[in-house]
Amino acid sequence: MFPNAFKYEAPASVDEAVRLLAEYGYDGKVLAGGQSLLPMMKLRVAAPAVLIDINGIDALQGWREVDGKLRVGAMTRHAELEHAKELRDTYPLFFQTARWIADPLIRNRGTIGGSLAHADPGSDWGAAMIALRAEVEARGPQGSRLIPIDEFFVDTFATALNEDELAVAVHVPTPKGPAASRYMKLERRAGDFAIAALAVHVALGTDGRVSEAGIGICACGPIPLRAAKAEAALIGRPLTEEVIVEASRLVPEDAEPADDLRGSAEYKRDVLRVFAARALRDIAKELQGKVGIQ
Amino acid sequence: MALPQTELRPMGKPILRKEDPRLIRGKGRFVDDILLPNMLHLCILRSPYAHARIRRIDTSKAEAAPGVKLVLTGEDLAKMNLAWMPTLAGDVQMVLATDKVLFQYQEVAAVVAETRAQAEDAIQLIEVDYEPLPVVVDPFKALEPDAPILREDKEKKSNHIWHWEAGDREETDAIFREAPVVVKQNVRFQRVHPSPLEPCGCVADYNPATGKLVVYVTSQAPHVHRTAIALTTGFPEHMIQVISPDVGGGFGNKVPLYPGYVVAIVASLKLGVPVKWIETRTENIASTHFARDYHMTAEIAATEDGKMLALRVKTIADHGAFDATANPTKYPAGLYSIVTGSYDFKAAFVEVDGVHTNKPPGGVAYRCSFRVTEASYLIERVVDVLARRLKMDPAELRLRNFIRKEQFPYRSPTGWVYDSGDYEKTFKLALERIGYEELRKEQKEKWARGEFMGIGISTFTEIVGAGPAHSFDILGIKMFDSAEIRVHPTGKVIARLGVRHQGQGHETTFAQIIAEELGLSVDDVVVEEGDTDTAPYGLGTYASRSTPTAGAAAALCARRIRDKARKIAAHLLEVNEDDVVWDGAAFSVKGLPGRSVTMKDVAFAAYTNVPDGIEPGLEASYYYNPPNLTFPYGAYIAVVDIDKGTGAVKVRRFLAVDDCGNVINPMIVEGQVHGGLTEGFAIAFMQDIPYDADGNCLAPNWMDYLVPTAWDTPRWETDRTVTPSPHHPLGAKGVGESPNVGSPAAFVNAVLDALSPLGVEHIDMPIYPWKVWKILREHGITE
Repeated sequence: MFPNAFKYEAPASVDEAVRLLAEYGYDGKVLAGGQSLLPMMKLRVAAPAVLIDINGIDALQGWREVDGKLRVGAMTRHAELEHAKELRDTYPLFFQTARWIADPLIRNRGTIGGSLAHADPGSDWGAAMIALRAEVEARGPQGSRLIPIDEFFVDTFATALNEDELAVAVHVPTPKGPAASRYMKLERRAGDFAIAALAVHVALGTDGRVSEAGIGICACGPIPLRAAKAEAALIGRPLTEEVIVEASRLVPEDAEPADDLRGSAEYKRDVLRVFAARALRDIAKELQGKVGIQ
Repeated sequence: MALPQTELRPMGKPILRKEDPRLIRGKGRFVDDILLPNMLHLCILRSPYAHARIRRIDTSKAEAAPGVKLVLTGEDLAKMNLAWMPTLAGDVQMVLATDKVLFQYQEVAAVVAETRAQAEDAIQLIEVDYEPLPVVVDPFKALEPDAPILREDKEKKSNHIWHWEAGDREETDAIFREAPVVVKQNVRFQRVHPSPLEPCGCVADYNPATGKLVVYVTSQAPHVHRTAIALTTGFPEHMIQVISPDVGGGFGNKVPLYPGYVVAIVASLKLGVPVKWIETRTENIASTHFARDYHMTAEIAATEDGKMLALRVKTIADHGAFDATANPTKYPAGLYSIVTGSYDFKAAFVEVDGVHTNKPPGGVAYRCSFRVTEASYLIERVVDVLARRLKMDPAELRLRNFIRKEQFPYRSPTGWVYDSGDYEKTFKLALERIGYEELRKEQKEKWARGEFMGIGISTFTEIVGAGPAHSFDILGIKMFDSAEIRVHPTGKVIARLGVRHQGQGHETTFAQIIAEELGLSVDDVVVEEGDTDTAPYGLGTYASRSTPTAGAAAALCARRIRDKARKIAAHLLEVNEDDVVWDGAAFSVKGLPGRSVTMKDVAFAAYTNVPDGIEPGLEASYYYNPPNLTFPYGAYIAVVDIDKGTGAVKVRRFLAVDDCGNVINPMIVEGQVHGGLTEGFAIAFMQDIPYDADGNCLAPNWMDYLVPTAWDTPRWETDRTVTPSPHHPLGAKGVGESPNVGSPAAFVNAVLDALSPLGVEHIDMPIYPWKVWKILREHGITE
């Protein structure tokens, strides 16, 4: 269980990291929390020639609210987001998702930026960021750009990041109006990748109708997916049982699961439907009475 | 330092484990902790194919790689007549492949280098030219006439290995012909793996100056390993020392001799320095010996009012590429004929056929006394099938058919003599504690509301503690076990036993036995196991045999010491030996309670003041050949709730009422039960090693071979009844495996009980959520 030999770089700043990425190109690989990369290297499935360790870059840590958005540094650990009390009221999907990621050891080391950049379709953050309509802040030699989450995931283990770009943060819009969310996950064993999982975010307008709907699908396709049809079926409508049933039936239509040891594609689609209905019912209950008209 | 537990008469008390202070502080010494001067590291190249001819192996690049000291192939070993080695089942197994490979991850070549990393780098440089051959993964297809013959080395040109039977075919068939009710069920016990936390590994240390070979190996049976190494390599046995240091779990996985050990020994012999080989997780799961993989069919003949008359069992046993099942020589299917279980059948007939496939070899007893888990699961499952057919409560059906307590010793139709039991008492305690009647009421209400809850019962009988020697041997060595006790002049004791614990708590329980017998405290007794140069010969720890065999040896050995101590006490008390009485703590003079000497007084005298005619010293050894096996049993009840939306099963409650005879340490027994139930739960709901059509192992790591966490594990409720073994010197029976043997059927029966309104007869393990979901949806049940 030893990786192939590799060169090790530990930049102290984002600029230095970006310069190293440009210098090494394809041979370079960023080491964030290392919870996927290091096991892959030990199994010799991955054999990068150069590891660029960004754990020493303080600027990538922590979060703050700016311009109607929450900006979360790429190196923020899962466990920090799981335990951040100040995020619980406005951004509950962070702790709801984080507590489902793997096990406490992995949550202590793994990072949100590393997880998104790894682009595993079974990543819990992928579905959650889709539900929250996040943007990934990428920094390259030419400066920064924001990549909408729907454009970020290109394929399994492939993102829209250029070879010389570093994901430095993720931006999440602050919900307007009363909002609630749920992360639903079915595992074969605690800490396993999902059989299927679903992130659901809903905000209500002053009229009590759905003003924001975000539904992200985990482990049911080559990349994390958006249940766009179900979202459309919710927008502008009250969260009644009829609407919930209708929307939850639409969730599987945007999923692309495969048959595997975790279950058949048909099974995973149905679990997504069940999860959507359960999540929306819970959310409806939670938001009841939070706006004037229901 | 262990916590002081100075109490006398420790038998039956929950003494804290003496081994825990070092283990929980990270101060254990496991095989990978052993670092010797000049030690080199071994790494093994494994086959990517399940069946392929090896055309050519080119090791030249690996030999030239940095740090590499030696590269070995099957051809190199063939020159030493070591390309093949004997298995525990009388077959042979390749050490390193010569002309072809027979399973994925089979050992093909090995590299020894200065560091582990260098060895891993170098095996990537070995070039092997494979010619893929047709793969057989299904044992039924392996038996078809046009199936490719896997073992071309064998005289018999067939994938069929052996046929074995027990019981009376004609009598059984006759009952079936007349029986008013017959049920039949196919039941698969999937391929699983013991998967101990510490994988296998060794350090082979041959010293050319002394001629001695020391092998540190994570072993459940160090003496068996020593003899097997001697028989395999021809190295003289008195020059071999096997040391099994702290063992990080075994569960049957660490009984056999593995190719890696032989390669490490050969490398050390060739290089004259120590060579370490430690498996990876994948190597452990995908190449060392698996458990189960039985395709079983059972039929019960019964009357309409629920009297079970006869049992007929037919089984195909998938043994993989080599028959390396770890069973006593005369029992290729182990103790599988215990399949009549706790029930008084008039007749039974059991037949098993062993088959080769392109899968790893094995058939070890994973926390199981030689195929008993398969048997218990089968009978407990099929009794429920019969209950359903008769529309009878499964508890009622069991109560009508139990062997009654007055029938013990009970001779089963397959020839076992059960020592003792009171099945009805134990089961009724379980029914009462779980609140069976109320649960049935709740279930009816739930069903009426379209909800699914189930109650699953397993009332199993175990068979543990092999010998007796007249029936049981491993490699021809009779299955006795042993103890040797030395009492020092200050009354402190060292005891060595022929078994080797891996978490069972021998350092505590055996100290309790000896302290009890000698009137000392457990702090006065240190128990040491695992070094073949110091411990008496024994067959090792597996199959719940340690307390039935070595535990008995420890008690009888201590009594031997007490007999001698009595003579010395008589001398000290200046009376005739006949006038000396032992009250459990001291020797005193009959009728004169004021005059007494303790064992400590006697011990000192044994070295300082021995009467004429008595040998100095106070030591003894005892080799115990049990007159029979012991038959612990239990009544387990699981309560489950089914999530209609996802098919997930939630184990709401699980009660295990065990009867393992007299209990030496109730805390350790409870811990054993918790661990075994957790493994049984894993087998019922999570664990499987599937193979695709090309023979690729689909669960070669802990990502896909699932080991439950504390988060997954249900809360266990335990209780016990005590029916002592009449033949064991302490009235004790084995217990470590009962919970793993008995629990899978309770889980599966509970799920099927929940689904019984749908008329589902059986679901094969592991019960993944999708299997339940599929059944629900097929019956139009949805959320």
